[in-house]
Amino acid sequence: MIINGVTIDETFAEAFPMKATRAIITAQNEKWAMISAQAMTGFATSVIACGCEAGIERVLDPSETPDGRPGVSVMIFAMGGKGLAKQLETRAGQCVLTSPTSALFAGIDGGTRIALGKNLRYFGDGFQVSKLISGKRYWRIPVMDGEFLTEATTGQVDAVGGGNFLVLAQSQPQALAACEAAIEEMRKIPNVIMPFPGGVVRSGSKVGSKYKTLGASTNDAFCPTLKGMTKTDLSPEIESVMEIVIDGLTKEDIDKAMRVGIQAACDLGAENGIKRISAGNYGGKLGPFHFHLQEIMA
Amino acid sequence: MSALTLTLKLRLDQRVDMSPLVCQKLMGLDPSDIAALELQNGKAKVRVDSLFDISGSDTQKIVIKNSYEKLDFIGKELETGEISVIGDVGAYLGLGMKSGLIKVSGNTGLFTACEMKKGLIEIDGNTGDFLGGALPGNKMGMKGGTVLVKGNAGDRVGDHMRRGNILIEGNAGDYCGSRMTAGTIAVMGQTGKHVGYAMRRGTLLLWNGPQLPANFNDCGAHTLAFLPILFKSFRSLNSAFSEPAAMFNRVRRYAGDMSEMGRGEILVKI
Repeated sequence: MIINGVTIDETFAEAFPMKATRAIITAQNEKWAMISAQAMTGFATSVIACGCEAGIERVLDPSETPDGRPGVSVMIFAMGGKGLAKQLETRAGQCVLTSPTSALFAGIDGGTRIALGKNLRYFGDGFQVSKLISGKRYWRIPVMDGEFLTEATTGQVDAVGGGNFLVLAQSQPQALAACEAAIEEMRKIPNVIMPFPGGVVRSGSKVGSKYKTLGASTNDAFCPTLKGMTKTDLSPEIESVMEIVIDGLTKEDIDKAMRVGIQAACDLGAENGIKRISAGNYGGKLGPFHFHLQEIMA
Repeated sequence: MSALTLTLKLRLDQRVDMSPLVCQKLMGLDPSDIAALELQNGKAKVRVDSLFDISGSDTQKIVIKNSYEKLDFIGKELETGEISVIGDVGAYLGLGMKSGLIKVSGNTGLFTACEMKKGLIEIDGNTGDFLGGALPGNKMGMKGGTVLVKGNAGDRVGDHMRRGNILIEGNAGDYCGSRMTAGTIAVMGQTGKHVGYAMRRGTLLLWNGPQLPANFNDCGAHTLAFLPILFKSFRSLNSAFSEPAAMFNRVRRYAGDMSEMGRGEILVKI
């Protein structure tokens, strides 16, 4: 398959089941909601070492938030429910509770309930106040700038993590430009996050390493500087490869995000140095979710 | 299927216990079965059809017409459905109510919504003492749900209240929120003496400054983020509380009752 001169490999991305949750951060203005959201989703690019994968889903209009203030929706993904709950609580406590004027609300009403502000209330040292409003429990925690309002719980649902595609380009700037275009379109899709910096990862990994202590190491088959040293997957004109990883609530959400992302990269076309779109997989033996690139773009 | 309508045809001198006439107990009964039910009237028992003209058959929607102040225990432990009352009612309206809706076009007596657990009670008129309170000797009053009073309320509103909302568009009497454990009482009108007496936790939301007891301490003026959410939850009500103009988030906060555990609050609109 070729789109605008860009070859779409006959391969698939392999993804895994994860647990996910969503939280809504509001603040006095969008600037401070975003600052809090960026802090909460920081150091959360990969479960390999961060404990979770997190990202900003979108900015919310005041009409969409529970307290009518500007807000930001964030999503957190982890391999298990226990780990997810721990990450959510730690990040909420250190990054949202601490952020001026912030409030924190559930972003998923159904699913298994996990603590959002339920345990943060103890920060109130006995001065915290509970309010049950329309069946939802809120905690009002006295803090130095006034009160931190948080919903007690949010929903945890089954999700999919690790959807991905690779952009193979003639030069590094061209690969980055294609990824930036892709991310801009993918951010319009609900229920997905791209957890890496700016949504793009330049250090895609393979499973295993020559060093026994490492579970993952550089994906040498896609490293352009190793073309003459390893069993490469790159043709001579490819000088740079970048990857976009997608976590989503459902396989369909990731499908949609991959479609618009790949299309945006392909729209730049071969004349802008975009040569191939490929994907990372483990031979189909590890992850139950397979995203076949050519099927998605058909 | 039209609502089961009970039109009072006789005003007895003794009080009438209406607790058998709730939706869940009438489910599946024919009008003839309902007519044969007996209600306690003082020491005597009277058949339903000797007191009421009966029409309609939808037992999940009950209308009581020509009601007066001696019909007690209407909607006691109501679990489902809707009861509409045209006229006044006696004491213990919605006692221990578990779900559903009760509407009263007139006034209600003592212990309205007493120990209520869930559901909605709307009263167009005034209500007596101990609205949402606990039965004498009991330690827990209203535990959930919402009571809306469009008129005035008597003394001891929310006595021993544990959870839920009491919304009063008019005035509240003395000892409003007395011995309250938690929950929210909102009063648009005036409040009487000894507001929040022995209050432990919970919120009194007042539109007008009360005669503040000495055992409440001023915590200053604040903008509280939970108030817009609270007001938003009132939007479905047919009430002044649902009007956008009624919403505010700027209050003066008084904490008390300091002679108790002192975790309660009186929030006064500013």
